[in-house]
Amino acid sequence: MKNTRSEKRVTITIDGKPYQAAEGRNLVDAAKEAGVFIPSLCYFKHLDPPLGTCRACTCKVNGRNVPACMQRVEEGMAVEVNTPELIDIRKALVEMMFAEGNHFCPSCVKSGNCDLQHMGYELGITHMRFPHLFRDRHTDYQSRRMVLENNRCIKCRRCVEEVFTDQGKRVFMYQNRGIETLVGIDHEQEALLTEAQAEAAMNLCPTGAIVVRGKRVAKPFGLRSFDQQSEQEDYGIRWSANGDRSPREKKMVATVSLAGCFGCHMSLLDIDEEILDLVDLVEFHKSPLTDIKRFTQRCDLGIVEGGCCNTENIETLREFRENCDILVAVGECAIWGGLPAMRNTIPLGECLEEAFINAQTNDEGEGRVPYHEDLPKLLNRVYACNEIVKIDYLIPGCPPSASHLWKVIRNILWGEEFSVLYHEFKYD
Amino acid sequence: MISPSTTFFRHEPRRNQLVNELWKAQQRDGHITEQTMEALSRDLDISLIEIQGVVSFYHFFHTRPTARHVIYLNNSIISKIKGYERIREALERETGSRFNTKDRTDTFALFETPCIGLSDQEPAALIDFHPFTNLNVMKVREIIAALKDGKEAADICDQPADHIRYLPPNNHTIFFRPYTAGEGLGRAMVLSPGEVIKIVKTSELSGRGGAFYPTWIKWDGCRKQKATPKYVVCNADEGEPGTFKDRVLLDREPGSVLEGMIIAGYAIGAKYGIIYLRAEYRWLLRKLEATIQQFYDQGLLGRAIRGNPDFDFDIRIQLGAGSYVCGEETALLESMEGKRGEPRTKWYFPVERGYLQKPTIINNVETFAAVARMMEMGINNYLNRGIPGSPGTKLISLSGDVRKPGIYEIEWGMTIAELLGHAGAEDPAYIQLSGPSGECVSMNQKHRRISMRDLLSTQDIRCGGSFMVLNRHRDIMTILLNFSEFFLKESCGICTPCRAGNYIIHKKLQKMANGLATQADVEEMRQWCHIMKETSRCGLGKTAYNTPLMAINEFSDYFSEKLEGAGNGMNLKFNMDEAISDYEKYKV
Repeated sequence: MKNTRSEKRVTITIDGKPYQAAEGRNLVDAAKEAGVFIPSLCYFKHLDPPLGTCRACTCKVNGRNVPACMQRVEEGMAVEVNTPELIDIRKALVEMMFAEGNHFCPSCVKSGNCDLQHMGYELGITHMRFPHLFRDRHTDYQSRRMVLENNRCIKCRRCVEEVFTDQGKRVFMYQNRGIETLVGIDHEQEALLTEAQAEAAMNLCPTGAIVVRGKRVAKPFGLRSFDQQSEQEDYGIRWSANGDRSPREKKMVATVSLAGCFGCHMSLLDIDEEILDLVDLVEFHKSPLTDIKRFTQRCDLGIVEGGCCNTENIETLREFRENCDILVAVGECAIWGGLPAMRNTIPLGECLEEAFINAQTNDEGEGRVPYHEDLPKLLNRVYACNEIVKIDYLIPGCPPSASHLWKVIRNILWGEEFSVLYHEFKYD
Repeated sequence: MISPSTTFFRHEPRRNQLVNELWKAQQRDGHITEQTMEALSRDLDISLIEIQGVVSFYHFFHTRPTARHVIYLNNSIISKIKGYERIREALERETGSRFNTKDRTDTFALFETPCIGLSDQEPAALIDFHPFTNLNVMKVREIIAALKDGKEAADICDQPADHIRYLPPNNHTIFFRPYTAGEGLGRAMVLSPGEVIKIVKTSELSGRGGAFYPTWIKWDGCRKQKATPKYVVCNADEGEPGTFKDRVLLDREPGSVLEGMIIAGYAIGAKYGIIYLRAEYRWLLRKLEATIQQFYDQGLLGRAIRGNPDFDFDIRIQLGAGSYVCGEETALLESMEGKRGEPRTKWYFPVERGYLQKPTIINNVETFAAVARMMEMGINNYLNRGIPGSPGTKLISLSGDVRKPGIYEIEWGMTIAELLGHAGAEDPAYIQLSGPSGECVSMNQKHRRISMRDLLSTQDIRCGGSFMVLNRHRDIMTILLNFSEFFLKESCGICTPCRAGNYIIHKKLQKMANGLATQADVEEMRQWCHIMKETSRCGLGKTAYNTPLMAINEFSDYFSEKLEGAGNGMNLKFNMDEAISDYEKYKV
């Protein structure tokens, strides 16, 4: 039985406004037709009953929180979608998916075509309220044609319910339970899929968990699924006017790059002609830009790029905390570890042995892990800055664009109002 | 080992037998081999990964070799306070095995398992699924020595006592009245099905598994469904830690449970009944099967029951395989169909599309027993018990720091203090009602009545059956962590908030236990628990963190000690030495 789609029109209210909708229609679709955006990740129109696994479409219907995909339209139904509480709940659920998986967008083929990433943008996720779990997840390369990347899987169940061989057998199935739940692939059945079926499996995955070898989702920027404007009509508040130009007090700024790539510093320099304003407004103290090594005075603002991978990073970060009034973590690495944190799911010993002892360029028996009292010591995992010291603000991005950085810093230092536009916080 | 029931109704699809086939294979080989799974995949014509998915879901199925004797030690909080650690050590010492593995001679394999329904006689363990209760170091030594001597667990196991400690005065007991098979059924069958449901409605009987959903609404809804066949399912998957009332009912009065199911079948027009028995209660299987056989012999089951040519009813038993979430009614249905026990969505209710997508009612063991008894004793008599708005009695499984742990049949309306008095509670401080997913109260609330009157639990308090009493020497964080570890392992993993949320909040609790939390963490925890509660797919995620939230309010003094101020913006507990310990191994 498909959605009981009688053509009877009934009246429902969404956030207090009346709308006409077909009775029995799924609320996610009905809202979309009415121009109201309800985020959803696992929802698949043709499945009955709907999957109801991701819960990202949670709304309030007649006073009760329910996922919109689990709700048929009924006469007089009162739906709440955009209350502060619901917006926060939906955001939290998508954040949980980011925190739970190991999502390293810069190294993922699906970046730019990824439903999860897109949902992150749409919901305005700038950082995770939850700690990253860094579970060691299994990647299955055994199939001839497919790679199953469980690091990226959000367990939406689409592939489990949708991908069958011509003989009607499942190719994917959940394994284990609780936090250990993952999707398993049947290698024998996978081999029986046609090329078209395999590609369809890759495309129905909302993230980059199912990859068909040689069939990368590679489209140039501008042509990818989510390059275009937001699905929500008026996303965010528009930029307020540039504000007054009255003379401002000059501020002292320090910057540092810990376990990062200096990309955020490069971005900082990328503000074009505004760099001329900068000279009047701030002075750089300890920073790679000035090559000042030690703090000799207190700074108004500290900008930290990169997370902490060794003892020197920790000491520097602590020093910044002691000497700066406001500490801002810039970029993904500083916020939660970023690319260096890819090693967090692997024991340090394994990483070191792979790099220094068993490396292919080493002569047999020659490899040695560098260890000297002058060398900083590697930590067992990469720590986010806010695990070590209190961080006042986070500016996400890989890297955040120059104008974005500049806007935020002006806001922090002089309270200038600003708003981030949809395309400005897309970092893929 | 006891063999699982293999009877099946003829119309049930082969696919449904997967769990039973896996049990057979595990008993034969000690674990489930690749070959078994491949053979089953060919036999049932489903893909191998689907079978692996089922095997990996249930914790009593092993894919690695076990040993001749498999020992499961209960790790619930009650076991912990009754000497779990000593027993664990003793088991490892005596068997020469470690936990989660087996010894070199393949004689003993040791595992932990959540509550096995013997909280009144902890520490307890299952050896080859036979119960061993009130363990102490000496007893462990003797048991292991006997098993090494070649004795079978079946021959040396304990017969768990029923421990019925309290019955209502004035002969007001409902569940433990003298029982004659068929009496209640006889009285029900002179009435029309509609009249039977009306009596159930008058009795205000509601789901005794702890959800308290009005029984008659399910029955009435199912009776009105056109599709056939319909099913009556008895939920004997008593997984809520601290609960053992269903175990005692099934052991002491199995007939009344069967009879309740038959009456339900008569009322809704069903021909088939299935008891879903948790694997921990496999030792009850023989008794139940014997009782079912006796009912067939007496003409209370089978064709044309009590001479009514239109009423046929059969009952079979389905064994679980270790999963708490299967007590959720839709997960139970999935499990009965031989699948992973993942709760279904609420798109269809079981009364519309339940077992095999046919109309199904699922009720608790105690609910069925109550129906049989109220039919037999007469509804007016039944309504005499309890208090207005909450008639009848309730079975309470009471355990913990009390002199007399066991079953208490109380009339609704008894206060917590009275109950504690009867049980001989010793210095009680913390009481957990209805298990980890229920509520916790301090002694400030001892005057509250236990009843089902108050929906929002502001005055009276409900109790699903488990009543754990802990004295003032028990550490509350230890209790809460025990509960959250339990949920963490038992979440089915299908919806985001429960799968990830359980883990994330567990970490938060650990942080609190380590003394690293601040008031901000408490506030975050409140918010995160709220999100889990509002968005989870089934009751497990919705209720998992009720208890910590209540505890924070209820025991605020204790928690304020656990929090500490922020250390000048520094995480003072970050331990550099520990963080470089892995690297230091490469020191030259």
